[in-house]
Amino acid sequence: MGKVVKNAAEAIEGLESNMTLLLGGFGLCGIPENSIAAIKELGVKNLTCVSNNAGVDDFGLGLLLQSRQIIKMVSSYVGENALFEKQYLDGDLDIEFAPQGTLSERLRAGGAGIPAFYTPTGVGTTVAEGKEEREFDGRKYVLEKAIKGDFAFVKAWKGDTKGNLIYKKTARNFNPMVATAGKITVAEVEHLVEPGELNPDEIHTPGIYVQRIFQGTNYEKRIEQLTLSEG
Amino acid sequence: MALDRNQIAQRISQEVESGFYVNLGIGIPTLVANFIDPSFDVVLQSENGLLGMGPFPTKENVDADLINAGKQTISTVPGSVFFSSAESFAMIRGGHVNLTVLGAMQVDITGSIANWMIPGKMIKGMGGAMDLVAGAQKVIVAMKHTNKKGDSKLLTKCNLPLTGINCINKVVTDMGVLNIANNKFEIIEVAPGLNPEDVQKATEGGCIISSDCKEMSFN
Repeated sequence: MGKVVKNAAEAIEGLESNMTLLLGGFGLCGIPENSIAAIKELGVKNLTCVSNNAGVDDFGLGLLLQSRQIIKMVSSYVGENALFEKQYLDGDLDIEFAPQGTLSERLRAGGAGIPAFYTPTGVGTTVAEGKEEREFDGRKYVLEKAIKGDFAFVKAWKGDTKGNLIYKKTARNFNPMVATAGKITVAEVEHLVEPGELNPDEIHTPGIYVQRIFQGTNYEKRIEQLTLSEG
Repeated sequence: MALDRNQIAQRISQEVESGFYVNLGIGIPTLVANFIDPSFDVVLQSENGLLGMGPFPTKENVDADLINAGKQTISTVPGSVFFSSAESFAMIRGGHVNLTVLGAMQVDITGSIANWMIPGKMIKGMGGAMDLVAGAQKVIVAMKHTNKKGDSKLLTKCNLPLTGINCINKVVTDMGVLNIANNKFEIIEVAPGLNPEDVQKATEGGCIISSDCKEMSFN
């Protein structure tokens, strides 16, 4: 009973090859570091991963590309990962590009019981190919389908044992939508606290979406582009 | 003389009005922030989930949990707010962002833009660009007028995969400022020292010279 598990290894119990995984994060910011490491360790293959980005060559989802555990990515931007580009151009990896706003909305819809929605994004581009189009008030829209996953992995700053989550700054990004769209949603947090310690007015993800939660360890929080102001 | 990156950004900053919510893309567009009139009330949006983006941080204030859409470390200004990516793109798609500035590989006379992919060669992805061009009230492209081979990036028809159709209002290049209307580029300003005819010659797509065409000013 209860949602709290010991660590990432315990949190991914039941994760198998050929599953679809949803992962929060933008670049390397707010990614579920501990869970990714555990999935690598588990060695499952042929994963479809839905994540805005694919990490860098040696961190984030790049780790699962290195070990060739991913067969397909659904992402909006993979430009920081040379390994990704190589595996794709070699035909070893499939990619479905989804515009960032469409991707976040598809995940939101997946968690909110909306099977599909019309969006103006991508009309007239390859993204709209093979999809139903419809005109509303003189403008064309394309029908995009919701995304759901077998497992969803999010990273939060604070969480309580009920699964309520608070994210920090721009590490929020895709995490709130990803949290809603997994059959099993795993939250790893920097600080795991008791119920009542979080202000109910300030919770970003209500615990109903979260099935398993654990306090993560050894966060690297790698910075992709360190930029400083002069002087 | 052709403009440098900073001058292109400086010229684009003149398009920013006080009260605007502005989203700046990666590269030259990012530089626009450095030239916005400090007396203006302008809020910068970063599509990963922030309104009220500030300058790059000092060493002591670097925070791995605080980055912009280019994955650069940044700071916030007073009155800033964080939100999810779905909320962020609701703002963008919903037409609440007044202006977006982004780079491009090609733009054509119909206002279509290509900036996310070269088939068989460059696989990066569109990120938020397709949503931004579909949703922002005004879309300005900042780019070099020609590519490395010297070919015009302003075309009759884009031949790379498109990012959006009929969405670009204005292009600012190192050679001039061009509006897009009625299936034509219209040169409205030229870089100091260039003639409108120079710009016209360097433009592959149908291109007319505005009767009011003038030299760019940077005041």
